[in-house]
Amino acid sequence: MGLKIERVPAPVWVRPLIPIIAVVVTFILTAVLVVWAGANPLEAYYHFLIAPLSSRMSVLEILVKATPLLLTGAAVTFAFSSGYWNIGAEGQLYAGAVAAAWLGTLLGGLPSFAAIPLMIVGGFAAGMLWALTPALLRVKLSVDEVVTTLLLNTVVLFVISFLLNGPWRDPVSGWPQSPQIAESTVFFKLIPRSRVHVGLIVAAITLIVVWFIMSRAALGLRMRAAGLGQNAARFAGVNVERTMLAAALISGGIAGIAGVGEVAGIHFHLIEGISPGYGYTGIIIATLSGLDPLGVALAALFIGLIDTGAQTVSRALGVPAYLGDVVQAALLLTTLGMFVLQNYRVTLVRGEKRA
Amino acid sequence: MIPLMHAIEMRSVTKRFGALLANDNVNFDLAPGEIHALLGENGAGKTTLMRILYGLYRADSGEIVVGGQPAHIASPKDAIGLGIGMVTQHFTLVPTLTVTENVSLGQAGGLAFDPKAARQKVADSAARFGIEINPDALVRHLSVGERQRVEIFKALYRNARVLILDEPTAVLVPQEVDVLFETLRRLQSEGLSVIFISHKLNEVMAVCQRITVLRGGRAAGTVNKSATTQKELARMMVGRETFGVTKEGARAQGEPLLRVDGLLVLDKKGWPALKGLSFDVRAGEVLGIAGVSGNGQTELTQALAGTLKPKAGNLRVGGRNLTHASPSQLAAAGVGRIPEDRHEGVVGELTVAENLALENLQDFTANGMLDHRRIRENAEKLIAEYQIKAAPTTRIRALSGGNMQKAILARALSRKPQVVIAAQPTRGLDVGATDYVRGKLLEQRDRGAAVLLISEDLDEILALSDRIAVIYEGRIVGILRAGEADAELLGLLMSGAKEMADGIKD
Ligand SMILES: Nc1ncnc2c1ncn2[C@@H]1O[C@H](COP(=O)(O)OP(=O)(O)O)[C@@H](O)[C@H]1O
Ligand SMILES: [Mg+2]
Repeated sequence: MGLKIERVPAPVWVRPLIPIIAVVVTFILTAVLVVWAGANPLEAYYHFLIAPLSSRMSVLEILVKATPLLLTGAAVTFAFSSGYWNIGAEGQLYAGAVAAAWLGTLLGGLPSFAAIPLMIVGGFAAGMLWALTPALLRVKLSVDEVVTTLLLNTVVLFVISFLLNGPWRDPVSGWPQSPQIAESTVFFKLIPRSRVHVGLIVAAITLIVVWFIMSRAALGLRMRAAGLGQNAARFAGVNVERTMLAAALISGGIAGIAGVGEVAGIHFHLIEGISPGYGYTGIIIATLSGLDPLGVALAALFIGLIDTGAQTVSRALGVPAYLGDVVQAALLLTTLGMFVLQNYRVTLVRGEKRA
Repeated sequence: MIPLMHAIEMRSVTKRFGALLANDNVNFDLAPGEIHALLGENGAGKTTLMRILYGLYRADSGEIVVGGQPAHIASPKDAIGLGIGMVTQHFTLVPTLTVTENVSLGQAGGLAFDPKAARQKVADSAARFGIEINPDALVRHLSVGERQRVEIFKALYRNARVLILDEPTAVLVPQEVDVLFETLRRLQSEGLSVIFISHKLNEVMAVCQRITVLRGGRAAGTVNKSATTQKELARMMVGRETFGVTKEGARAQGEPLLRVDGLLVLDKKGWPALKGLSFDVRAGEVLGIAGVSGNGQTELTQALAGTLKPKAGNLRVGGRNLTHASPSQLAAAGVGRIPEDRHEGVVGELTVAENLALENLQDFTANGMLDHRRIRENAEKLIAEYQIKAAPTTRIRALSGGNMQKAILARALSRKPQVVIAAQPTRGLDVGATDYVRGKLLEQRDRGAAVLLISEDLDEILALSDRIAVIYEGRIVGILRAGEADAELLGLLMSGAKEMADGIKD
């Protein structure tokens, strides 16, 4: 008896089911940990998945969490679909946050309708700028962008640490945080008595634009061609390098907007740790989505749900909050595994010697 | 000394790959001491059948009988144990080892490898089989023909009494083919049996006693050579009487439209692959580039497609210098390109319509936005015109080789290019698709385009070309008019044994 593994792709209708199956498998796998943490898995998953949807407060909190995730997910999707592996959305988000903290003190004299768009443009530019070096290294010198974008995520934290402990240290409190941004640059609230701010609209519009570019623009077709078959794209006349550069920079810009939203909509000044890893979660979201903007929306909301749920779980059942992180990581691994496995058929062979 | 000769019988062998029926109830038998051809088009299932016999694949059903006994062949080791040896299409020698080392590799003897004794044994054995090889030569210094001889010897050295050769002539020049045939006849006279796979009619008629024809995975019949003709074999092979394209007589040829002058191109490892290569192609002619695989054809194709930048030399199209042009500039300048490897020409995951638009994307875009209607209409038009069996929205990877090649042809030829570069345009295609592609190329020539045909298939070169240039180690070693070319002269040029004086043209 043995296993026979053949390269037989799964039927097309299986593809959309993959994220759902991955979720189920993940919950089964992580049930062990939940039990270990001393909780009842069913109860835990009730708090993970259902409880956050049962109160107005927590539903709105899911939207708050999803706001930066929609943007980083879109950013990573955009880059990945062109074959540019941007792991640096986290750093680009921080670059956008720095720009927002700076512009936020600078643009105080302008009315909101002018200041807010300028904040967004500034954050986009900063994210792009932070993405520029690895992108150039990649297209000019073939330096692996996975390494360089990842390294720059660490570098930006040093830059921020320097700014907050030096020139930008809050003169009033002496804390390592930048001065409060001006009233007119604050992202106003969409829904009263909540933290949901206009950044959610910005994120939704960005996602629609991303969808539009990817499916309707010539750039989108070039990106997909470069991402799906670099040599063939090049042969057919696609300037793969220029296409990747464009995708990398736009991706960086979108991640930058996520940073603006966190500063102007949530914290109102720059602090260290403004992102609990939204940029990295963006990679999970992009992968879960199958690089599809609609999928990004669903995945961002779903992760927002688990994130919110994780806090409820820890409060209700006394398990550590990082259980949420574990579930997310397991989810990524299962999804990746399923994406690989869908190309194979495994059958049990009995009574025969292995072929 | 010589173990008992035995017959082989394969009964109702069936093998599926997913939905594809590669072998369908195939019966095949090999008599002791015969050379038996397995004839069939590309994709007929020849390799699959023999890989089953050699234990590389397992049949879904059917049985194998060796010397009267049912045999269970689960691995090449089992096959070797039964005296069956196979030389595959891709050689399995280690280039950095010597012939002796390669032949002894994997032989019993464990750690106690005695180089001197091994060398002696190899030399003795080679002499006994009458196979000329130098036991001390490094394999990487050997020509393709010599490597093949080492592969054959390796099988004999493992006491093979039945030798399977998978398309052994595909990599050889005509003179090497003759040497191979002599070797096979000598082995036959010593009592060995040979299964000789080929899709070339003249070859099977030259060397075999019996011929089994496969068509679309089924055995179309087994015939005695003495009782058949090439015509009958062709009919059995393709299922219809006539095939091939007919070329109209030489036409008045015009200006040189494509001029290649002193092209120097490095391969992936940085070695010169093209060493100052020059030729030109005139309006209304097909120039065939003949040569044994690996003499710079790939690099030439890539340089002319704009995907590999030349280090020196010139490339002119209609008088314009396009030496450093990008693929899109070349396409825009009227160069229709058919890549060596189809899958490097189309993006498999994109649709047929998207692939057909990709090369001239500017024609399907307004203000940076795709014009989906024009893209679809263009695809519908080309699908109809080039008889592509697909819908515009089909992912192109789902297409058969022939249909994918038609799509590439459609994209390259739809804008009536003045220069056409076709590399291995019919490799792996069935006869119908092959005829179609060749017909289209001749159509280009007849409307006055300059067609460059780079092909390792000598028959194709001879059938289509007005002039033939032979490439050897990155240089053109001779250019002849089609009328002056015969297989022997081409063979000498292709093997580097002969070089024509510079400047032979028309
Ligand atoms: N490992 C494989 N997986 C899937 N399909 C295969 C495989 N090997 C061969 N085929 C398919 O089986 C058919 C017969 O192939 P093959 O035996 O190589 O033909 P031939 O040697 O006569 O050219 C072809 O359509 C080929 O694409
Ligand atoms: Mg074959």
